[in-house]
Amino acid sequence: MSNLLARRRGLLVVVVLALLTGGCANSDKPQSYIAPEGPIARQLDRLWDPVFAIAAVFFFLVQGLVLWVAIRYRRRGDDDNPKQVHGNKAMEIGWTAAPALILAGVGFFTVINLVDLDRIPKGPEVLTVEVIGHQWWWEYQYPKAGIVTANELHIPAEKKIDLRVTATDVIHSFWPPKLAAKIDAVPGRINHMVLEADADDVGKTFFGQCMEYCGLSHANMRLKVVVHDAASFDKWQRDQAKKASIPAAGAPGATGAELFRTKGCGGCHTVKGYTAGQVGPDLTHFMDRKVFAGAIFPNDLDSLRTWLRDPPKAKPMDPDNGLGMPNLGLTENEINDLIAFLQTLK
Amino acid sequence: MTSVLEPSTTLELPPAPPDPVLRRPRNTQGFWGWITTVDHKRIGIMYGVTAFVFFLFGGFEALLIRLQLAQPNGTLLSADLYNQLFTMHGTTMVFLVVMPISAAFFNYFAPIMIGARDVAFPRLNAFSYWTFLFGAILINSSFLLGGAPNGGWFGYAPNTSITFSPGHNIDFWIFGLQLLGIASTVGAVNFIVTILNLRAPGMSLFKMPVFVWMTLVASFLLLFAMPIITVALFLLMFDRQFGANFFNPAAGGDPVLWQHLFWLFGHPEVYILILPAMGIVSEILPTFARKPLFGYPVVVFSGIAIGFMGWGVWVHHMFAVGLGPVAVSAFSISTMFIAVPTGVKIFNWLATCWRGSIRLSVPMLFALGFVAMFTIGGLSGVTHSVSPHDRQQTDTYYIVAHFHYVLFGGALFGIMGGIYYWWPKIFGHLLSERIGKLHFWLWFAGFNLTFGPMHILGLEGMPRRIYTYDENLGFDYWNMVATIGSFVIAVSVLVFLYNVWHSRRNAVPAGPDPWDARTLEWTIPSPTPAYNFAEVPEVHEVDDFWHRKYGEDDEGRMVKLAPPDTEGSLDIHRDDVHLPSPSYFPMVASFGLMVIAYAMIYRNYVVAVVGALVLLGGIYAWGLEPSSEPHDDHGHDGGGDAPHDADDGGEHKGVEPADTPDAALGVSSGTAEEVTS
Repeated sequence: MSNLLARRRGLLVVVVLALLTGGCANSDKPQSYIAPEGPIARQLDRLWDPVFAIAAVFFFLVQGLVLWVAIRYRRRGDDDNPKQVHGNKAMEIGWTAAPALILAGVGFFTVINLVDLDRIPKGPEVLTVEVIGHQWWWEYQYPKAGIVTANELHIPAEKKIDLRVTATDVIHSFWPPKLAAKIDAVPGRINHMVLEADADDVGKTFFGQCMEYCGLSHANMRLKVVVHDAASFDKWQRDQAKKASIPAAGAPGATGAELFRTKGCGGCHTVKGYTAGQVGPDLTHFMDRKVFAGAIFPNDLDSLRTWLRDPPKAKPMDPDNGLGMPNLGLTENEINDLIAFLQTLK
Repeated sequence: MTSVLEPSTTLELPPAPPDPVLRRPRNTQGFWGWITTVDHKRIGIMYGVTAFVFFLFGGFEALLIRLQLAQPNGTLLSADLYNQLFTMHGTTMVFLVVMPISAAFFNYFAPIMIGARDVAFPRLNAFSYWTFLFGAILINSSFLLGGAPNGGWFGYAPNTSITFSPGHNIDFWIFGLQLLGIASTVGAVNFIVTILNLRAPGMSLFKMPVFVWMTLVASFLLLFAMPIITVALFLLMFDRQFGANFFNPAAGGDPVLWQHLFWLFGHPEVYILILPAMGIVSEILPTFARKPLFGYPVVVFSGIAIGFMGWGVWVHHMFAVGLGPVAVSAFSISTMFIAVPTGVKIFNWLATCWRGSIRLSVPMLFALGFVAMFTIGGLSGVTHSVSPHDRQQTDTYYIVAHFHYVLFGGALFGIMGGIYYWWPKIFGHLLSERIGKLHFWLWFAGFNLTFGPMHILGLEGMPRRIYTYDENLGFDYWNMVATIGSFVIAVSVLVFLYNVWHSRRNAVPAGPDPWDARTLEWTIPSPTPAYNFAEVPEVHEVDDFWHRKYGEDDEGRMVKLAPPDTEGSLDIHRDDVHLPSPSYFPMVASFGLMVIAYAMIYRNYVVAVVGALVLLGGIYAWGLEPSSEPHDDHGHDGGGDAPHDADDGGEHKGVEPADTPDAALGVSSGTAEEVTS
């Protein structure tokens, strides 16, 4: 909280409320965009800070005047015949023109920054990632490296990355707030978003969420951005491009691999070299991910078990209408076997 | 109201043309008196009461939302129910609360502030009300009929398409809004004609009270904005019911088209919600500061400017859609500059209070609260206009905070002030000041406790429209504070209801002018007589009533004048004023519309035809029915409004623009001598 308190625009709101509540929160704010951690989010913050400060000045001016007139000019005794002032042209022109001039200045810097930020990086060396919103998870495709993954976006630091954002069903909105502002994922359109992380960000995982209301489980459509240095990103790309190695008969996970086919999992999920479903997330390197199901569950045994027992219960979905994963009615043994198979997908 | 019916004219007259469907209602008392009323004041009261009931509905929905979000991973509501509740909370508060309460004020006060005896089209006015009520019932009945709308009040395509929302939820939303749109459009026409044609002699446009001006601007906005949402809803209906593909990208449609249509309606809608409250505040501040409104023409022109500029800012709801830097730049700039006329109003209001003699009565507390809280909403609005950064803010709770400061801190504060201010004119007694002050301070504290923290939550990255959030995001503390605040608001509303009950039990007649106010409605008795004005007033100045009471000395200080000799006119009781007769048919026609809407929701086109026949029957009977029964006539045998029998279905009544020039000024409504002279 202290870093927020130190910020003047945080102060403005906090002071008013601290008076009322006598307290303030004290915990991490992994989605706070007023504490940016990437160069783009910082540029946005620098643009906005002075505007917030100007607004704060007007805030104190008007609140002060309201209090002043209410206290100073409150009726006292018999003095009930104030001077009848009908207006004052000069003053009115003044308080029309002054805000207009200030706003013209704000507008100038807004447009300059907008044009700068909307510039799409071009060239053969630019990393392009297709970001595809689905109800209710994110798919990422790296066309050059031939990688398809979900929910966790991996990027190299110190490079401008061109995200080509779209959706397959309804409108979503991609937002990693500490790195960059959001862009809508609109079916039938491709929007560009520039993403960039600092050297400082290497090794960090940033939080984000779908920000456009996208139906039942909108709240459960979260995302992560993992920042690598150049070397570890290259390694990650090479690993991800590989096919899955399916356990041979008798090896751990072999029963699960068979179930994965017979229970219909493969009809929706791709495991490269094994199944080619196109509905749900690609699971080829599932164990590389720290989270699953729209980045709401940690990728551990308990969560997987809870998930496979009844997916629409674990995360609200509407499989009867074709939205999301159905309950496959698996037995505990089948669930254990499937998890054993998933654990081979490294 | 019986006083306007002449007791002796029962059977002697030649038989009137028989009513084609129903016997003409004669009773102006009791239940049927309210059902069949065409009196603008009663319709205003019905609008207000209905809207207040829906305010309780919408507030209850909000409390459930706040309870769900009080803690991370809340389990009170399912995702589906939460989505229904936030959709219906928004839809209710916009369409069933703020708009109809504003309509209640227009209805009751616009005519008596301009010296008219009713609105221009009284039966059309009843039709507006019933269509609004039926639309409101229809949309809320969805809770009992399989699920309420769940696509957000903005209903973005393609999430609202039949593919992604296969239930009837969205259909209820479509047809509910269509009915409400009809009600609003018809009402807007009525108010525009009333304000333009029925002003008392001498009341030029620039002598109108500011509330009437803002009503006029809001009515024009309604008139042009509602057709846009109507078209959008029809397109959506065709997509859902008849396999059209307007918003289906797979077939070449475009979901962004919906957003343009919705916000091209939706942004002027914001000004439709706020302008009436600005008008109310512009009446309250001068009354309680005992000074004229500072810069009346500037306040009026800035209202008109907002009305025009409000059409050029809608894309600021869409900065993250990816429309490209040219469009986004243009709408950033226009959004910034709409702050200018808004700011002008705020400074003019403050200057009105400056060096006044301020009485901090409850209406004034709400009006000053409006200025303070609305300013916060306006300023956060300016911070949104920085479009690159708006892409950080949009769809976070920072936006939720912003528009609640505009619509609650603005519109609802103004409306509450208006309720306390005008209560004595409607009901004849004041609301308790003591309880009212408790109401105000609880309301003010609860409001800031609820929505203040949402600024912080938004800046910390909390998204809108989520039914749950994780404990690792740091949203816990302020969400709990906001939930506590929402219950403080709930308590303040209970205090208000207690105030209504208490003040009624201990009612003391307030007299015609309890606030020493400025405008024409305070010249007539409280509660307002059925005919409004015993004599149609003549207007010479802005705030004409004030100038009858006070003058200015050489230094510009106010001086009390000798009471005008019209003092006794308040005791005149007129039973010879010609008023329009009650009618069933506006409600019958509205009912037909509701039948059509239900039939369309369930795709039952046979029933839809039946509904259409009821609608047509209602309109037809309405058209054949004279606006005033001949046997209710009071010797109007001369002048322009004699041929009642030839009434073509237009609304002919005394106060109404008939076919004589003086009638068009709204002065033909008095006695027969006035009409024929």
